[in-house]
Amino acid sequence: MAGSGTTQLRGEDMLLRVEHLVVEFGKGHRRVRAVSDVSFDVAPGETLGLVGESGCGKSTTGRAVALVHPPDAGSVRFAGRELTSLGPRQLRQARTKVQMVFQDPISSLNPRRRVLDSVMEPLSIWGIGTREERRAKASQTLESVGINPNDAGGRRPIEFSGGQCQRISIARALMLEPTLLICDEPVSALDVSVQAQILNLLDDLKRARGLTMVFIAHDLAVVKNVSDRVAVMYLGKLCEVASPDTLYRHPAHPYTAALLASIPEPDPSVAGDGSSPLSGELPSPTDPPSGCRFRTRCPYAQDRCTAEEPAIRALGPDHFVACHFPLGQPTATAVAPPVGATTPGSDA
Amino acid sequence: MSLRRQRTPHLEFADASELEEPLLDVQDLRTAFRTTRGLVRANDGISFTLDRGKTLGVVGESGSGKTVLTRSVMGLLPNVNLERSGSVRFAGHELMGLTPAQLRDVWGTQMSVIFQDPMTALNPVVRVERQLTESLRIRLGLDRRAAHDTAVALLTSVGIPAPEQRMRNYPHELSGGMRQRVMIAIALACGPKLVLADEPTTGLDVTLQAQILDLLGTLQRERSMGMILVTHDLGVVANRADDIAVMYAGRIVEQAPTKDLFSHTRMPYTEALLRSIPRLTEPSHTRLRAIPGRPPDLAALPPGCPFAPRCPYAQDRCRVEDPPSRTAGAGHRFSCWFPVGSPEGDDALARNVAAGVPAALAFTGAVPVGALSPVPGVSAVSPDVGTPAVGTPGVGQPGGGTIEGGG
Repeated sequence: MAGSGTTQLRGEDMLLRVEHLVVEFGKGHRRVRAVSDVSFDVAPGETLGLVGESGCGKSTTGRAVALVHPPDAGSVRFAGRELTSLGPRQLRQARTKVQMVFQDPISSLNPRRRVLDSVMEPLSIWGIGTREERRAKASQTLESVGINPNDAGGRRPIEFSGGQCQRISIARALMLEPTLLICDEPVSALDVSVQAQILNLLDDLKRARGLTMVFIAHDLAVVKNVSDRVAVMYLGKLCEVASPDTLYRHPAHPYTAALLASIPEPDPSVAGDGSSPLSGELPSPTDPPSGCRFRTRCPYAQDRCTAEEPAIRALGPDHFVACHFPLGQPTATAVAPPVGATTPGSDA
Repeated sequence: MSLRRQRTPHLEFADASELEEPLLDVQDLRTAFRTTRGLVRANDGISFTLDRGKTLGVVGESGSGKTVLTRSVMGLLPNVNLERSGSVRFAGHELMGLTPAQLRDVWGTQMSVIFQDPMTALNPVVRVERQLTESLRIRLGLDRRAAHDTAVALLTSVGIPAPEQRMRNYPHELSGGMRQRVMIAIALACGPKLVLADEPTTGLDVTLQAQILDLLGTLQRERSMGMILVTHDLGVVANRADDIAVMYAGRIVEQAPTKDLFSHTRMPYTEALLRSIPRLTEPSHTRLRAIPGRPPDLAALPPGCPFAPRCPYAQDRCRVEDPPSRTAGAGHRFSCWFPVGSPEGDDALARNVAAGVPAALAFTGAVPVGALSPVPGVSAVSPDVGTPAVGTPGVGQPGGGTIEGGG
């Protein structure tokens, strides 16, 4: 898969516009291109879901957008400003409007600080308001995420469950009134019952505060629930971008289809066919396959996929795919009968 | 030539196919830990049976006691500040009260465990080969050559390509999926009759999860092993277990044949768990029916039903009296005063909704469980499937947080 290109970008009036983003780690022949020419945009008030297997570069993309890890190339335009060319002072200022929520709620809070102090800290750093005003605002924000500030404010993170810590982390991220919230697997470490609470909370906050979100997760059902637009990543590239209902009903990229078919359905009347739809594991990003990066695991792969990298193209008004032979398209039916599964783990 | 002397076994096990009683029969198993906060009752009267070749799915949230259950059945818990009682009969032998030396005849050759995190379960400074052949040589008394050949065959059977090369690797040189395959190979090395898989796919990607679960299913059928599949994900067991036991606060609150559990759910906790899962078949931005609050502290359980504080059906009686164990059809047991789908249950829910109980309000506007359309498959470009249009319940509390917020 996987392609490059900017067809999926919409107009200039987007809150976030990322073009040709490249992030690399390491040196010499061990150099890994974790994110390789990724472009996407997010409209104001929209939630973009970013999905893929571990190692596909989704978290790195999220961090690069917030410039936590500065990108090696490409542009990140946020609210009309180019973030990558800002100096350190201006960047710090601009970044107050871009906040992150991390995966592990307990380790992302300082265990030795009281909850209220942790939540107040962004205001203290920027010297906003008096101590009393900060305290009042922190209490109010904690209240809005369902934590009782009078009871909880003086305690330390260890006294809270994972779900409560995630609420506190969300409160801290909201203190500077960001317009863009980047959530990096915010519910992966939580139990299903608590996961539903946090997802509902994020949805409420988004509506109440008009937040724009980038929601990174590996669980497709979770991503479908929260997103207005979904981007599927594989080995540092985008495969498919579409609205959730289109993507889940008519996946055009073989990788998206395989991911969807892998999800265990919590209902025995929906019989699985008892076979893994995708064999093998993610190839090493130090030495990615030529052409389409998904071809080594793709049941539809042809010679053309080895030679030529597919560019992202439009299939519909809001459906973009990087594949030479997208599913459900006339070209795909003309080609490959699905090749039998290769040996599991053949790429490792 | 065997380099090690074989031990004289303490216990003799007959061939499992000649067994007349269930492979595993657990009765009133209680496991508790003495801590500074008081007695933590991790397993509070667990009973179930498992036949040869069958799979029991054990489902519960973190802290429900499901992992302790696997350790307690095997007798793996360190005997420090531990209170353990009840009966664990395996293949005609009572395991309760056996010493670790006697249990060594059971571990590996009769029952084995697949741990959740293969990176910490495998020894990081020992090559795969030695970790695999160790039990083959000690338990089965194979010589070096035979153990090596068996290990290669095992790695092949769990789908590891180039097994000869992998044998020389250390665990960190393998990917997460490979490590879990090695873990499975070690667990199956001595041909156990029962495998306890403790969250074998948690932490793996969804594509790998499907591969590993399929592999486990195939190996189980080939060897007609019994399996206990412990997970927090109902999706994992829905199509792979014969029976499912739902655990809450150290007890089995509902147990039934898989189809029955999903189609005739009786216990409100099972129902709530099923409804809190986001479904692919629902349109995006469907409001999730979260369970308010969180599981109780096992050291300070409330009187009565442990789920009562979060239950949409709970009445005064639930907060005082332990619910009785009831049956609903063959093999379906549950513990509830006001079961789902019964007149008492409907009545209790209606009363709670009228009284404005938050747990009941968060629950209204229900989708019938089981009325779900299939996921679009690889080739199926399905037309608009009739996704149930679900209204947002008119409760404005963010995620039912008012209850949880108490700390």
